[in-house]
Amino acid sequence: MLSTDLFTQIGLGHYLVLSALLFCCGMAGVLLRRNAIVLLMSIELMLNAVNVSFVAFSRYLGQQEGQIMVFFVMTIAAAEAAVGLALAVSIFKRFREVNIRYFEHLKG
Amino acid sequence: MNHPILMATLLLAPFVGFLINGLRYKRHSANLAGVIATTAVVISFISAILLVVDLVGLPPETRVISVKFFEWISVASLKINAGFVLDPVSAIMILVITGVGSLIHLFSIGYMHHDAGAAKYFAYLNLFLFNMLILVLGDSLPVMFVGWEGVGLCSYLLIGFWFTDDQKAAAGMKAFVTNRVGDAAFLLGMFILFLSFGTLTFSEINQLAPTDPTLAWMNPVTLGTLFLFIGATGKSAQIPLYVWLPDAMAGPTPVSALIHAATMVTAGVYMIVRLNPLFLAAPNTMMIIAIIGALTVLLGATIGMTQWDIKKVLAYSTVSQLGYMFLACGVGAFGAAMFHLMTHAFFKALMFLGSGSVIHAMHEEQDIRKMGGLKKYLPITHWTFFFGWVAIIGLPPFAGFFSKDEILAFAFFSPLGHEALWAVGALGATLTAFYMTRLMALTFWGKSRVPKDTHPHESPPTMSIPLIVLGVLSIVGGWIGIPHVIGAILPGHPENFLEHWLHHSIKPIPGLTPFDVTTEWVLMGVSVTLAICSAFVAYHMYVQAPQKPEKVAKAIGPVYKVIYNKYFVDEAYFAGIINPLVKASKGLWYYIDVNFIDKTTYVISDVVRGGGSLVRSLQNGNIQVYAMYISLGLVATLLFLLVR
Repeated sequence: MLSTDLFTQIGLGHYLVLSALLFCCGMAGVLLRRNAIVLLMSIELMLNAVNVSFVAFSRYLGQQEGQIMVFFVMTIAAAEAAVGLALAVSIFKRFREVNIRYFEHLKG
Repeated sequence: MNHPILMATLLLAPFVGFLINGLRYKRHSANLAGVIATTAVVISFISAILLVVDLVGLPPETRVISVKFFEWISVASLKINAGFVLDPVSAIMILVITGVGSLIHLFSIGYMHHDAGAAKYFAYLNLFLFNMLILVLGDSLPVMFVGWEGVGLCSYLLIGFWFTDDQKAAAGMKAFVTNRVGDAAFLLGMFILFLSFGTLTFSEINQLAPTDPTLAWMNPVTLGTLFLFIGATGKSAQIPLYVWLPDAMAGPTPVSALIHAATMVTAGVYMIVRLNPLFLAAPNTMMIIAIIGALTVLLGATIGMTQWDIKKVLAYSTVSQLGYMFLACGVGAFGAAMFHLMTHAFFKALMFLGSGSVIHAMHEEQDIRKMGGLKKYLPITHWTFFFGWVAIIGLPPFAGFFSKDEILAFAFFSPLGHEALWAVGALGATLTAFYMTRLMALTFWGKSRVPKDTHPHESPPTMSIPLIVLGVLSIVGGWIGIPHVIGAILPGHPENFLEHWLHHSIKPIPGLTPFDVTTEWVLMGVSVTLAICSAFVAYHMYVQAPQKPEKVAKAIGPVYKVIYNKYFVDEAYFAGIINPLVKASKGLWYYIDVNFIDKTTYVISDVVRGGGSLVRSLQNGNIQVYAMYISLGLVATLLFLLVR
């Protein structure tokens, strides 16, 4: 179990803690930072935190589905990054900065 | 040909015309729109003729063509079909409507030539004909009511056609509102009939109508027919709801000819004729119809004698002539009512179109004091108007003579009639001869009082051809209903064709004995003599001694004033009904609505707005704050799961 084996053996618990820490870091970035590129990176961090827990569970339960899921997440993350970066580039071209408050100008 | 297809063509041709002109009314020129509209009505007229030819081919006992298109309403025991029925009565109506309608459409091409909204005008006119045909052909009261409302709407649209003029718009509104009063009664009558008979189809109601007349007032038959009659007084301009018709003259003149003389205003008469077995079962209603009809004859005729507007004179004349039709219905002479309806459609449409031609020639001048001597300038209009004149004052052998004298004879001989009703009718005929001669004299004869800068000119052929056709019809239109006494002495002994035609659609008056030949000749002689004398008096007063009318008016001062002001009926309605209503509504508005209802809604809206402002700051458009809410929610969920 998590509490007893924490310092003796690397197991599922370690991975989950790592995943939670990464997720919190990412979330803090998303909530607090204003730079669009940093935001994208933070979102990437959150997605990869989830990937870590997927892989950990997959290994723990001896099932392949979790790892397959990871591929999906990575694909979508790549797509999202492409779109997000494109937006960031166009915002940068116009305002010489990538602060997300400029996205307000997209309002119709 | 196939009856449903013919019936559909008859009904839908004007509707298609309405759609074509109505949807593109800004692009069509007056001529194009007029040709489209007229073609639509002529197609309708041709299908009507084909249908009537088929109808004539059927044996007299079963002379009915009925077409059911689809089931319209089906609720519990109430079954109403979109069904249309052509019988001898509606055959007369559709021929008059589409025939006279075609002529008036043709006339309108010339009359509306200069108007920018001509296409809209023609669209309305076609829509009117569509609704009128539904009214006439519908096989049940609800289908008739659809047309009944439709023609009311078109009447409103066309009276207020020049709506930028406030007075004309108000006239349209007055017509609509007055008609609504009648329509409410029509609906009530329909409900009562449905409650007691369980059906609204004409044929079934007429079969179920009791054969023994009931004298009780609270009887459903009496009440139902009475309410239907009130509905008819609204549409057909009888006392007490006639007030809208004279104002309706604000519309273009061909509209007055088509809607307010020849077709729509006769809808009430037609409805009563349609339900004649039912009305015969309610002698009390019949008595009221006869009395109202007779009073309306006098009212219209007396007011008509004093008016100066050429169209107003004709309008009051129409009110008066409609009174004759109701008088005929009231004494049970439904055939005579239909006969007069038809001849009146010819000569009154003719005279309205003639007045339109005069107004057109006089550059929109309608005051007959500024006319006179127009015979010289408008020969065609004068001569056609002349035949309308001899027809309406009842000179033999013109159309009005036969129909009016048939009504008078029935008023005298029918067990439902009375000598007094005949006397009122004869007096009405005398007054009619007077005011129509006055109109002729002031407009066409005598010295010209035309202002010097006006140069009257004869109208184009599109306007004079309809006048000529209607003029011929005003001469020969009465020959289909020659009474027996006259037929007996004529070479070839022509029969009363109309009576045979309507024989199976109209129930005979119970207890009617054959007319006494000598008395009938005397009655006829008296009414014709009276009319001729009165026409001569009017001719003398207005052509030979033009200063006399003023003296007479002065001699009977107060009486003249009352009649000239139309018996102050409009003023009485305003003082007794409209102003109290307006005042009460204003009171409700100022005190109840503003203080109570508005305040309540304000309080409710303030509460909602206050509540909203509390949470408004939560939705500020900042995505990161939203993400924060999501995260907080997630944390809260996790905490909840842990604590649990």
